Amino acid sequence: MDDLWLQFLLTIDATFRLATPLVLCAMAGIFSEKSGIIDISLEGKMLMSAFAAAAVAALTSSAMAGLWAAIGISVALGLLHGLASITLRGNQVISGLAINIMASGLTVTIGIAMFQKGGQTPSLARYERFRPIELPFADQLGQIPFLGPIYREVISGHNILVWVALIAVLFTAFILARTRFGLRLRAVGEKPEALDSAGISVVKTRFLALIIAGVLCGIAGAYLSTAHGSGFVREMTAGKGYIALAAMIFGKWQPRGALYACLLFGFLEALASRLQGIEIPFIGAAPVDLILALPYLLTVILLAGFVGRAVPPRAIGQPYIKER
Amino acid sequence: MSAPQDLPRWADIGLIPLLNVFAALLVSGIVVAIIGENPFDAMMVMLKGAFIYKGSLGYTLYYATNFIFTGLAVAVAFHALLFNIGGEGQAYLGGLGAGIVCLLFDSMLPALIMVPLAILASAGFGAIWGAIPGYLQAKRGSHIVITTIMFNFLAASIMVWLLAGSLKAPGQMSPETRSFTRSAELPFIHDIANSIGLEMARSPLNLSFVIALLACVGVWVLIWRSRLGYAIRTTGHSAGAAEYAGIPVSRVIIITMAISGGLAGMMAINEILGVQHRTILGFTSGYGFTGIAVALMGRNHPIGIVLASLLFGALYQGGAELDFEFSTINREMVLLIQGLIILFSGGLAYMFNRPLARLLGLWLNPGKNIPTTGAENG
Repeated sequence: MDDLWLQFLLTIDATFRLATPLVLCAMAGIFSEKSGIIDISLEGKMLMSAFAAAAVAALTSSAMAGLWAAIGISVALGLLHGLASITLRGNQVISGLAINIMASGLTVTIGIAMFQKGGQTPSLARYERFRPIELPFADQLGQIPFLGPIYREVISGHNILVWVALIAVLFTAFILARTRFGLRLRAVGEKPEALDSAGISVVKTRFLALIIAGVLCGIAGAYLSTAHGSGFVREMTAGKGYIALAAMIFGKWQPRGALYACLLFGFLEALASRLQGIEIPFIGAAPVDLILALPYLLTVILLAGFVGRAVPPRAIGQPYIKER
Repeated sequence: MSAPQDLPRWADIGLIPLLNVFAALLVSGIVVAIIGENPFDAMMVMLKGAFIYKGSLGYTLYYATNFIFTGLAVAVAFHALLFNIGGEGQAYLGGLGAGIVCLLFDSMLPALIMVPLAILASAGFGAIWGAIPGYLQAKRGSHIVITTIMFNFLAASIMVWLLAGSLKAPGQMSPETRSFTRSAELPFIHDIANSIGLEMARSPLNLSFVIALLACVGVWVLIWRSRLGYAIRTTGHSAGAAEYAGIPVSRVIIITMAISGGLAGMMAINEILGVQHRTILGFTSGYGFTGIAVALMGRNHPIGIVLASLLFGALYQGGAELDFEFSTINREMVLLIQGLIILFSGGLAYMFNRPLARLLGLWLNPGKNIPTTGAENG
């Protein structure tokens, strides 16, 4: 019984670690899409920043420098997306897709040129990464039966970026619901002409949203390569940006809903890796592939309106053309 | 994707795609230079690798075959203003369809029945995988972009599950089916050439290339010479007007997506029936996404798509050559070029239009003041 409890807690612990990049990217997606800009480039921004973080951390031996590089490159890509979709009124989906494909090519190309390791960065030493933070008294409190392990395994031992992700949710919720900028952000995604006639710049508001989204994606990338992992591996985001996009939709473009969706998807991933190769009574081999496909399936079902309804911001995907 | 400016048609079709490729190559060249290699040397290596070396042209055309199918798929959907980025998944399931009928019948049917059946199966499976997002868009209002992205991942999951499970050849480790018998193979072009006495180097180029060209003709007839094509284009221009004119828009959307998915699915006949002769994991290798770049560059017209496919075929084949010639740059360079082409011809589509329209205007009507258009002061 105790063992099963511990197994469960370890799965929950893994859930938080796997959900962190999803949460950060989903919040980035909310900022972008609430402002009316479709952002399928979450994946590419995260990939590029994962590479930048690992590369700079390897060169400077500083995880912090890596994080700043990651944020920088991600914001730059966000601005490129903005140039294409806001300034030049191009197709937002195509622009996002282009960023993703470029990121796939560029990370490996630069990686090989810099490190000659087939696109990987050197393995990062402990001091070059964001390390787990053991909370005070974790060992002592962990001895308490039943509840103790929750503190020791689930709450303690995460690195700083996991906590940053949690704060990012509160930050997003607060900005959107409680600030003037949040109100404008939501308005610009629903009815940009209303904002425009109030004398507020649609272009500026949308660019600001993309910059914030870039910062969040950058943190997510840095998390992958310098906190969760210890170095960059080619294609290391492996579709996580798209899962985050799905989670954002699943959470109906709301911070809280998206957080829950990310935790659910993270839990499914944790569960799948725990069940790998395990025989379940009556079922046989655990259907790991099915569990991993569930996020996509659930999102399709939700989008189709079979369970609940996910309504995107009204002006999403439409370039704003000011009337004269 | 048409230009909002009054750019002459020939410039929009001929000049803009060239400018886009040039811009993409320029940026990639800068990246190569930063890495410390000579961009012109790299360019020469790619050109030689794509056209000059023995058998290289065959490889280029073999890659182009994939891109014609996936490019046509994207283009057909574009004409109805649907953005199908699910080509990757539809092609993947096309390979499943071809694989299943080959596994079932290849020992009893002659090639003349087996091959067409397998082609139908690949198109059919792709069509279903395209039609479902089409249905969800038309009837349930879910955004086709998001659904097709999800369907790519679902297709990948299904293929992993089946190829590592029930479709896996017994007694082997790698996730792939058994090899098909000869009756399920499309002949290689070099075999055909050799049999009629023409000397030709070995390459994976096979009869699918001819089928791809036929598909181009088919798409041209469909879009510009058929009632359905008219309905598709009307829906793309204005769904409201189409509805008002009595065109069943929902049905047109579903059928368009089915045709689009079917074309993407047919990419599998090149890879599965033509080259691999078994269904393997990950045979689509991103060619579905390349189809988007091809359709954008080819301006959604079959002739443009063939030309763009040749360009991308040459890039892929030439890019493979980079691996051998350089230690610091390799074929991922091609992904960068591809991404840049998509960026310049799609995302930044209007960047060149306005300056070019003005320039051409000055050149064609010297002395005249060029009026600014509405969008310009926006």
